[in-house]
Amino acid sequence: MSTRLASHGRLINRARALSFTFNGKVMSGFEGDSLAASLLANDQMLMGRSFKYHRPRGVLASGGEEPNALINLGVESGFEPNARATTTETFSGLTAASQNHFPSLEFDVGAINSKLSRFLPAGFYYKMFIHPRSFWKHIYEPIIRHSAGLGKAPKARDQDSYEHYYHHCEVMVVGGGIAGLQAAQSAAATGVRVLLVEQTAHWGGRAPVDGVTIDGLAAEDWVAQTLAELAACDNVVIRNRTQGSGVYDHGYALAYERIADHTPGDGRPRHRLWRVRCKQIVTATGAIERPLSFAGNDIPGVMLASAVRDYVVNFAVSPGDRTVVVTNNDDAYRTALCLLEAGLEVPLIVDARPEGGGALMEAVQASGIRVALGRGIAKVKGGKRVTGVQICAQAGEGSVLEEVACDVVAMSGGWSPVVHLWSHCGGKLIWDADQAMFRPDPDQPPLGADGAGFVKVAGLANGHLRSAPVLEDAAEQGRAVGRAAGGKVQKAAVPAAMDAEEVALSPVWLMPQGASYALRSKAWLDFQNDVKVSDVQLAAQEGFESVEHAKRYTTLGMATDQGKLSNINGLAILSKSLNAPIPDVGTTTFRPPYTPISMASLAGEARGELFQPVRKTPMHAWHDSHGADWEPVGGWRRPYAYLRGSETVAQAVEREVINTREKLGFLDASTLGKIIVKGPDAGKFLDMMYTNMMSNLQPGRCRYGLMCSENGFLSDDGVVARIDEQTWLCHTTSGGADRIHAHMEEWLQTEWWDWKVWVVNVTEQLAQVAVVGPNARKLLEKLGGMDVSAERLPFMAWADGTIAGIDCRAYRISFSGELSYEIAVPANQGLVFWEMLMEAGAEFGAMPYGTECLHILRAEKGFIMIGDETDGTVIPQDLGLSWAISKKKDDFLGKRAQQRSFMDNPDRWQLVGLETLDGSVLEDGAYAIAEGSNANGQGNTQGRVTSTYYSPTLGKGIAMGLVHNGPERMGEVIYFTKIGTNPVQAKIVSPVFYDPEGEKANV
Amino acid sequence: MLILNCPYCGCYKDETELSAGGEAHLKRFGPGASDAEFEGYLFGRVNPKGVHFERWRCASGCGKWFHAARCTATLEVFGTYKAQTLKPPQAIKDAISAKRPGWTWRDFS
Ligand SMILES: [Zn+2]
Repeated sequence: MSTRLASHGRLINRARALSFTFNGKVMSGFEGDSLAASLLANDQMLMGRSFKYHRPRGVLASGGEEPNALINLGVESGFEPNARATTTETFSGLTAASQNHFPSLEFDVGAINSKLSRFLPAGFYYKMFIHPRSFWKHIYEPIIRHSAGLGKAPKARDQDSYEHYYHHCEVMVVGGGIAGLQAAQSAAATGVRVLLVEQTAHWGGRAPVDGVTIDGLAAEDWVAQTLAELAACDNVVIRNRTQGSGVYDHGYALAYERIADHTPGDGRPRHRLWRVRCKQIVTATGAIERPLSFAGNDIPGVMLASAVRDYVVNFAVSPGDRTVVVTNNDDAYRTALCLLEAGLEVPLIVDARPEGGGALMEAVQASGIRVALGRGIAKVKGGKRVTGVQICAQAGEGSVLEEVACDVVAMSGGWSPVVHLWSHCGGKLIWDADQAMFRPDPDQPPLGADGAGFVKVAGLANGHLRSAPVLEDAAEQGRAVGRAAGGKVQKAAVPAAMDAEEVALSPVWLMPQGASYALRSKAWLDFQNDVKVSDVQLAAQEGFESVEHAKRYTTLGMATDQGKLSNINGLAILSKSLNAPIPDVGTTTFRPPYTPISMASLAGEARGELFQPVRKTPMHAWHDSHGADWEPVGGWRRPYAYLRGSETVAQAVEREVINTREKLGFLDASTLGKIIVKGPDAGKFLDMMYTNMMSNLQPGRCRYGLMCSENGFLSDDGVVARIDEQTWLCHTTSGGADRIHAHMEEWLQTEWWDWKVWVVNVTEQLAQVAVVGPNARKLLEKLGGMDVSAERLPFMAWADGTIAGIDCRAYRISFSGELSYEIAVPANQGLVFWEMLMEAGAEFGAMPYGTECLHILRAEKGFIMIGDETDGTVIPQDLGLSWAISKKKDDFLGKRAQQRSFMDNPDRWQLVGLETLDGSVLEDGAYAIAEGSNANGQGNTQGRVTSTYYSPTLGKGIAMGLVHNGPERMGEVIYFTKIGTNPVQAKIVSPVFYDPEGEKANV
Repeated sequence: MLILNCPYCGCYKDETELSAGGEAHLKRFGPGASDAEFEGYLFGRVNPKGVHFERWRCASGCGKWFHAARCTATLEVFGTYKAQTLKPPQAIKDAISAKRPGWTWRDFS
């Protein structure tokens, strides 16, 4: 059983006991524990079920590479799935639950998959579920949905807060082991600003566990001393619990700080995402121990040798009473020595190397432990817990020589440098055959903006397995990045590190070397995704020779651990199956983040109201307190309608339409874009921007204009007013102002930069109100201040003046077909002006109206709306707007495009009005049905509905649409689709349903 | 994430503060141009592996358009310059030649 030891435990505080629950069971741990350590201390080795076969799984590792111990943390709004028990710090009140099982962790019906495993080989999904298609939806998908997936998606809204932090420095050092500390110190000594981050709560990495001494000090003491020295430097920022997660182009890096994961509810943000911009990066990210591939290597109790000693030394946790160590290298002997020292039993060390190891092996043998050389594990025995191992010759096929009882197997297949951050941005790797590892190729680093490398790797991550060269390398890399970042290098002695001599490892990719199929199909490579040696061999056999293909076919390395433990072993198996050397097979691409980071940290503060701040007109609050039913429009909120009493939205819209047509309506039109174009060349410029002529517009007059893209398509419309000789004011669509302003700037800056034109976006400087309806003039005359008569201010004219003492500019323009004034006042007068209109307008039946009423009013008049009648493929000629395209101008944006044969051709879908024969409302986007069907068997179409409404004015459904040669087919009845029912008949009519002569606006 | 020096602001900007505008030094063809000329102008963009000239806008800064000369393969930036020019300044061309001897791009070399 696993239990807490009386000795050891350098990271725990025995004075502070903590209480937590696992699957509802109350357990206790100590401050400083990882959750995995706490669980082991409570004899909870079984921590989860595997993804595909639902096999019982225990903890395998002690760090971020852990594939098995994924748990659900917290409840409700604090719930998080797939947390790694090894990187979760235990705190009082922590609630953890195992995942991926039904009904319980101990008894799981999904484990039947394991018995069926020979029917679930690599590529099973691809092979089985392709045909017949209909089976996918009704049979396979529901089954897979039920059994697949890790953890559960959170349902409640996240209660915690998160933030982004921007950091600028010259050098970032990732990793707080002895290499990272030394590199940071050497870089800081050059005078540059250094950021040092460590993903765990603790500094020093493996050195304190492995008994390294540095300059005569125990590693732990050297680490404390160095850390204190760094903390005292003004130019150094240090953060623990902060993972260097990703390296991106030009010295950009992301770090993920877990501020309050271990102190929930203390008011601090839970996570902080550091967005770092630096000149140079050192990754001192250490190495990860590789598992060995033997049958039953996934049974709970089989662990990495280094993890076993981490639990003993750091947390005073014994994973088991009797541990068999299996290795191909010297380092694992440290685990045996550590267990002996803790008073635990090590019945046997299985060393695959016929000659065995060096000094560490001799020390182990001197302690009386038996070492079996040239041996391997044929098979691990046990179900939910290891009960023993069968020993065989490594060179053979697995004939059992003896059985040894044990409850832990500590395995070590050598070490793989953590090269992820080096690789994120293009750093290349070389295969180091002597050490059987990929390590960074210093000649092919990720390149920065200046074309030089900006990432260096130090220590273990750079392939140095012994501590003396680790420190030498770290000091050298630290100095190098300091120099490259503009610092001044001074001579300094490198601390001397001492550790045990080691002899070379012998690569072992399969144990035993000639393992039978039965053994290979129980030898796990990827624990999280349940990929075995036999699966990779099958992939190779079926022709998936590229490592990227084999990965996808088998799902090797595609789980949340991204193959930290499985990649090299899987690659070696693939290489052997293909009979190609490992470097020729190549590696898969490492992508950030290094381990999964919270989605919420990526969002940071951009949640809720801060996700996209709402743009508000000066009258926003008034609308809100008068029943506005809001609609988002290009970053703004506009009232869709103003609800009164118990009326529905549809009833409110109908009331607003009728009231505006018959009496008086007000629209808050402040969102309309307003752009001033000014200068000696402004007229010439606007003639290029608009399809029609704007240079000959007279001061005091307005003109409706169209803007096209250079590709000829209609992009925006609006009324242009000429203010004076050199000044025009261009109205754009609501939400179009920023885009059109940028469009104008682009042409002015990049094409006609010698033209003397200024463009200013004044949209938010002005509040604008449309005063609409037969009573509009009466109201303005009542308020007084300016002459608004038809003589002084005729249709399509504008004038400056005051209304009831407020400076304003009144435009006689109409988007409704009624007598209409659009009145602009300074934004800070907008609310006062609006309230005054409401009050004075009461006697004329004034009511505010919203955007839906606006839409209906304009549709009844056949006015187009950008985004309804246009979709980026429509030209003005399609909309009957040829009258607004100048024939006189030599050039304007879109003119050449519209001369292309397919645009200069009437054989297109063109705008018409549509009236259903039964008076019903056509569906928005409905297609006009044509005869026959296309090559895909889909019915042919001859048009579509672009705007469709119930018209309260006419008491029936009206619509506009684009129909093939529509204007020549007036009176013809065609069919439109209606979802779920029979097509609807509609007659092609003029798009102007109301007041075709335009008499009402022009009075 | 790239950093580019805005020649108007005179300081470095993150890629997220900029907006990309495609190939630089386009020659506009309007009415009177042949179909081939117009097609080339509107759609015919080069996508080289190596030296490239691009338009960028200092969108969250001064709002100005500028040009960047950079290597699309290594992301090395050879220089940036104001957009009000028909060809890259000699200093930019020299900077590229120092790193990529013999380079050519469209009509420039
Ligand atoms: Zn700028």
